[in-house]
Amino acid sequence: MTSKVVVVGAGVVGTACAFHAASAGLDVTVVDRGAVGAGTTSRGEGNVLLSDKEPGPELALARLSRSLWEEAGEELGPHSIEFETKGGLVVANTTEGLTALREFALRQSTAGVRTEPVERVRDIEPHLAPGLPGGVHYPQDAQVQPVLAAAAMLRAAVARGARFHTGEIAAAVTGRGDRLTGVRTVVGDVLPADAVVNAAGTWGGEVGRRLGAPIEVLPRRGFVLVTEPLPRMIRHKVYSADYVANVASSDAGLETSCVVEGTRGGTILIGASRERVGFDTTMNPAVVARLAAQACRLFPFLRRIHLIRAYRGFRPYCPDHLPVVGPDPRAPGVIHACGHEGAGIGLAPATGALVTAHLLGRPWRGADPAAHTGLLPDRFFLSGGVPK
Amino acid sequence: MSDPADLIIVGAGPAGMAAAATALAGGLRVVLVDSGTAVGGQFWRHPPEHARSVIPTEDLHHGLREYHDLREALAAHAQKGQLDLRLHHHVWSAVRQDDVFVVHAVDRRKAPQEIAVVLRAPRLLVATGAYDRQLPFPGWDLPGVLTIGGLQALLKGGGVAAGSRVALGGTGPFLLPVAASLAARGVEVVTVCEAAHPRAWLRHPGPLLRNPGKWAEGAGYALTLVRHRIPVRPRTAIIRAEGGARVTSVRVASLAPDGSPRPGRERRIEVDAVGVGWGFVPQLDLLITLGCALTDSADGNAVVAADEGLRTTVPGLYAAGETCGVGGAALAVGEGRLAAESVLADSGAAPVLRGKRLAAVRSAVAAQRAFARALALAHPIPPAWSSWLTDETVVCRCEEVTAGVIGTARAEGACDHRQVKQLTRAGMGWCQGRMCGPAVHCLTDPKQAYRPAERLVATPVTLGALADLDT
Amino acid sequence: MSELIIDGKPLAFVEGQSVAAALVATGRVSWRATRAGHRPRGVFCGIGVCFDCLVTVDGVGGQRACLVTARDGMTVTTEESTDE
Repeated sequence: MTSKVVVVGAGVVGTACAFHAASAGLDVTVVDRGAVGAGTTSRGEGNVLLSDKEPGPELALARLSRSLWEEAGEELGPHSIEFETKGGLVVANTTEGLTALREFALRQSTAGVRTEPVERVRDIEPHLAPGLPGGVHYPQDAQVQPVLAAAAMLRAAVARGARFHTGEIAAAVTGRGDRLTGVRTVVGDVLPADAVVNAAGTWGGEVGRRLGAPIEVLPRRGFVLVTEPLPRMIRHKVYSADYVANVASSDAGLETSCVVEGTRGGTILIGASRERVGFDTTMNPAVVARLAAQACRLFPFLRRIHLIRAYRGFRPYCPDHLPVVGPDPRAPGVIHACGHEGAGIGLAPATGALVTAHLLGRPWRGADPAAHTGLLPDRFFLSGGVPK
Repeated sequence: MSDPADLIIVGAGPAGMAAAATALAGGLRVVLVDSGTAVGGQFWRHPPEHARSVIPTEDLHHGLREYHDLREALAAHAQKGQLDLRLHHHVWSAVRQDDVFVVHAVDRRKAPQEIAVVLRAPRLLVATGAYDRQLPFPGWDLPGVLTIGGLQALLKGGGVAAGSRVALGGTGPFLLPVAASLAARGVEVVTVCEAAHPRAWLRHPGPLLRNPGKWAEGAGYALTLVRHRIPVRPRTAIIRAEGGARVTSVRVASLAPDGSPRPGRERRIEVDAVGVGWGFVPQLDLLITLGCALTDSADGNAVVAADEGLRTTVPGLYAAGETCGVGGAALAVGEGRLAAESVLADSGAAPVLRGKRLAAVRSAVAAQRAFARALALAHPIPPAWSSWLTDETVVCRCEEVTAGVIGTARAEGACDHRQVKQLTRAGMGWCQGRMCGPAVHCLTDPKQAYRPAERLVATPVTLGALADLDT
Repeated sequence: MSELIIDGKPLAFVEGQSVAAALVATGRVSWRATRAGHRPRGVFCGIGVCFDCLVTVDGVGGQRACLVTARDGMTVTTEESTDE
């Protein structure tokens, strides 16, 4: 049983780990070189999605996370995280696409996802383009404001005794028998710990290396577009069925399939492209134009609406596109919680609960390590370990 | 223009005009892009060419001989086809791809219609100027309260005054020409509140002595103000505007050395319009997105880092004018010329300025830069300006975020304007923090220079125009 | 003098003026309300930076009145556009 935990990373995953671990009575220190939620957390749309996940280890985590977000909303105050159950609407562009989408939805529903076939998509999204053959409504899809949520979870953790330390970690400190005793920062501070959580998101590969537990986490660049504020025109997270294919894709080039949604602030978000270009921060107007074109095809009224902002971030992904959550067999005391790709916001609370369960050695808030073995880092090191 | 351009210049103010004229004289093919209806930028803002007889504004300007010379040079080159002048073009993005700069604009000559335009050249010069820096105060969002630049733009561009009884406030020499312009159009300027103390100049007398032209310009304004009996009140500030549907009065306070209002030294003045400005903020959006290094300037702004030849840290990318540090039109013209000389040299073309003329431009630029620095130090933002705020004062005009909400975010640990934005939405609205950014920065991190948030989209553009780019 | 139509009524302007200048010439300095607090807004920066002066021009919202040159017969709507 662990008592002192250092969580590396104050993004939505790190703060969720801190929130759950502190709630379980553990002594928690969160360390980040920057501000809370300043990395990929601040660059997403705040998706809490079930609709884009096929049955498997990620969907299992997502289902737990969806209910834990709701609990967190009740605990932290729904306004403090802007939790909104807006629902998702996936639309097909062709009748063949619709057939594939319905089959996909059927498999999801047998895995416990609520799905509702929609014949006339304009009945529930009146501004959609005419002529779309149909879609599937996912009433559980939801939204949080990720930076507010991370800040609220960190505040709640601090209220339960956690500390926040600004700094960059350099290495693990080990004692007798390679037992972890703490982490050292680049300026030489030593934070005592008998467990350290790698929740460094896109930088999780580097943090893992410094902790003596290297894993492969790579960046996948995405642009998100933000329009001028409008009266509410779009009610759901609306996306076209090819998005599902893109999320699961391993192709190297640019992929876009837009997700369009309204926000509480009145702006409409259009996300998100997927490019494997390393940490290249360069603006790419062609990607922006592609997203704009796709959004206008879904919602023709958008042609007259202004783009006022675009931002980009780097999703952290593992080679098999599954997050890595659990203890590293090579470095006792190191627990990974990264590689969530574009689903980190949605998966954060369940990741935090699962990490806490690993720390406690028993289930915590519905997270049972025995039920999520497919996410363990072992899969990268032990033979035959890569789950499908 | 069918031939590919050698140089794109964004911004047709004093810097962009001078740079274009020099580059054209050196034989380069130039595209000059500006969102305005005429060349001249803010300083030499004019009505569109066809409207100048009905909206006379020449008497409001300074340094017009230079303007006319440059304008004629540009017109001559445009006629020859060597200059591609793109007015009403709004640049929303500029990127560097394989050693070529790709500038994305929308053509708004038939506004509100927007047509996407893509321009390419091996070299790019950004001369996008600056706008008024604002500090919020209670009532600053009432109708009738404008930036001093806004008052001036309405006069110079449209021939209209936004009020008949106007109070001006803030700091810096720009207050004086605006007061003079208003007075010239029959507006009663009831007070000019200058927060700085004139003695501040005595700490840096050198640059003042080395720039007699500036001295003469200032004396000219002073005479105009005396003639119109406009009182200039040093060490005072407009700390509140009052009214309902429109501003009806201001509170003017006498300031202690730190900028806090002296108790019991407040006056109420009836007005129907107010102009405020606290120096300027350079428009760095394109340069930041292109990856230029920035450096701190004496006026509290980060500006683009450029060498003596106005080369930025990105190869092939140049900057001139206020983007390199706010310093006025004469400096901008000099920098524009020097930047164009660098473009010529880097393109393997012969120089236009040689010998003594080049040396004269260089030494004038150096003297004006020193003057600008002294000016910035003499007209700082008063350290205690935030004592004018109440919790209810709107700081972010777009998203209506109050000083109280920003104070809460700070108490929760937000320590720069980006974090405040994420937690409060201040700076997330239409203007993307252009208005409130410097103020939120001063409220959170006043010791550092203000670095604007990265704005990948430099100006709003319709999704339809963008979609048409996707083929 | 030329005329544009603002909220259904004619507004005379001098050719070359912006929509904002044409409004200010008649003494109007506000023509919009903020989304949350419904505070009146109009011309502030005058040079296209603050977005306080937004109007709808010929059916397209989000137009900065200070940047759009007034044209004879142009239709300007000053309410926040809600009819998309």
